[in-house]
Amino acid sequence: MNCPECDATLTLDADLIEGEIVPCADCGAELEVIATQPLALALAPEIEEDWGE
Amino acid sequence: MSLGILCSRIRVEEKLLFAELDRRGVQYERIDDGDLIFDLQRTTFPFDVVLERSISFGRSLYALQVLEARGVACINRADVVAICGDKLRTTEALIRSGVPTPRTLLAFTTESALEAIERLGYPAVLKPVVGSWGRMITRINDRDAAEAVLEQLDVLGSWQQHVYYIQEHIAKPGRDIRAFVVGDEPICAIYRYSDHWITNTARGGRAENCPVDGAVGDLALRAAQAVGGGVLAIDLLETSDGRLLVNEVNHTMEFRNSIDTTGVNIPARIVDYVVAEQRTKNRAHRG
Repeated sequence: MNCPECDATLTLDADLIEGEIVPCADCGAELEVIATQPLALALAPEIEEDWGE
Repeated sequence: MSLGILCSRIRVEEKLLFAELDRRGVQYERIDDGDLIFDLQRTTFPFDVVLERSISFGRSLYALQVLEARGVACINRADVVAICGDKLRTTEALIRSGVPTPRTLLAFTTESALEAIERLGYPAVLKPVVGSWGRMITRINDRDAAEAVLEQLDVLGSWQQHVYYIQEHIAKPGRDIRAFVVGDEPICAIYRYSDHWITNTARGGRAENCPVDGAVGDLALRAAQAVGGGVLAIDLLETSDGRLLVNEVNHTMEFRNSIDTTGVNIPARIVDYVVAEQRTKNRAHRG
């Protein structure tokens, strides 16, 4: 699986779940797991003003 | 009784909660707030209890109101989220309950905000009423900075950023305290150390265990009760003369840095609370 932003080869955990965020070690892009079978990644949405804890 | 977990992004915290629920064999379903479509004509919702773990204040606030109107028991309740998600409402709730909190002034124009800042004295702290992770919090050291920041907010900010929430600056001893309260119990706390005046671990603060017995736990519990209770993280400040003040209360708390630090299994304590809530709901259902 390659980074959709910079095309670097990604090293990913086996137990990823939908909705999880993984960073690309090469370009730093935040990637969202949008599906697991088969695995699909997309650029995560930008943080919004009301996000937090 | 069916359990739903309302979430958006899956953070470490959500994975830990899912793992704890799986370990106990508790049945649950994820409810992705991005996929939700509420038909407001329908008066039911196919879950009895919902644990709110959404990253978005707006989504959780409105979703919980809809859910509660349909008889769903929510953790935390919509009124608690509404108070905790808005710094003004939090401050008001704390003051009403006699919980010590930094002196805070509110103003609506750049001119009155400047006057309020000068009334508090420099440095003063300007915060957005909605926001988290230490974002957009500004320490204003002098009049030049005050005028510059207020002008920028006036020109570039949303309407919410024209609500000027201005707080006295507390000279922290290089740390603040985050205490975790679940139901009626302060379960643990951490010191958050940072060279920066903003100590959020989201901004690089370093965590160490803080004893939760005594004054820290007592004040954290009072703060949790002031906003309506539930599963909450309370941020406390220590003043130079030895007082404790409540700075804010977080309703969808992050805790990844506090489990090993405190030795307390925070996700397990949250699941204990959720399961107890399910039992209560179940008993009420059976009448």
